[in-house]
Amino acid sequence: MDHLIIAGREFNSRLLVGTGKFASNQAMVAAMESSACEIVTVALRRVDIDNPEDSLLSHINPDRYLLLPNTSGARDAEEAVRLARLARAAGCEPWIKLEVTPDPYYLLPDPIETLKAAEILVKDGFIVLPYMPADPVLARHLEEVGTATVMPLGAPIGTNRGVRTRDLIAIIIEQANVPVIVDAGLGAPSHAAEAMEMGADAVLVNTALADTTDPALMAQAFRKGVEAGREAYLAGLGGQRLQAEASSPLTGFLRND
Amino acid sequence: MKITLNGEIKEYRDQLTVQELLQRLNLQPERVVVEINRIILSPETHNVTKLKTGDTIELVQFVGGG
Repeated sequence: MDHLIIAGREFNSRLLVGTGKFASNQAMVAAMESSACEIVTVALRRVDIDNPEDSLLSHINPDRYLLLPNTSGARDAEEAVRLARLARAAGCEPWIKLEVTPDPYYLLPDPIETLKAAEILVKDGFIVLPYMPADPVLARHLEEVGTATVMPLGAPIGTNRGVRTRDLIAIIIEQANVPVIVDAGLGAPSHAAEAMEMGADAVLVNTALADTTDPALMAQAFRKGVEAGREAYLAGLGGQRLQAEASSPLTGFLRND
Repeated sequence: MKITLNGEIKEYRDQLTVQELLQRLNLQPERVVVEINRIILSPETHNVTKLKTGDTIELVQFVGGG
């Protein structure tokens, strides 16, 4: 069986799903179900004291999904570490999607603060999945400090622009000894398939599912995209060439020349 | 007592424990993480931890996110 293994834990699904921006909790749950995902990300925020909302966790079955809290909103390592520890205190397993994004316009991850936070969190016993720029050198540094995966971005968060960092992600995949999860920017099932065909171990999507009129159907499409890409990678894609190579026999034509 | 609660100054007539504060705010204790003056509070101590003037309290919870 072709399992995704992160920090010794086996998963059947190679599609991770974010829970942000869905029009309703029902739409979110429907998307999670039809995606067949087993890992879902969540964020940590202040309770709105004057207007307490229905708890997100009451909609997510903890026996079915591994909750992966993120450190979104953190602008530096210190804020990320604080958020990670708060998330763990909420009773989650110590898995954390590390995100440090000081720039509010492109939300690009800060490589230096991400590495600093990763080192602290690994020492503190967390299983760290860092969101990172598609930088092969940084990927090695993160691996060295003990992160469980690396999560290079395909394109900035929420942009739906696909695997724009393709060549760099190919190098990361070639060199990595931990699973490579392409996170951010994937807007279509074909983008997910592309990342998986390249040999990515998994992908994470949120906006692409939340931002449609039918999140459950889109989640199903992404599931198929991920599975198609994975199977193509395992089968081995054929080589490319410029000149045509006939697939039908070049003999027995109905002519006499 | 005067406390800073999620960034806002709040005043309460009597001294409250964390448990009492959560009750007043209608918050389920198992869904909320409490941080007092940057120190995370373990849920077992909600009923014995008394708040005092000048405390900075953060109440956080999970929300949707990617």
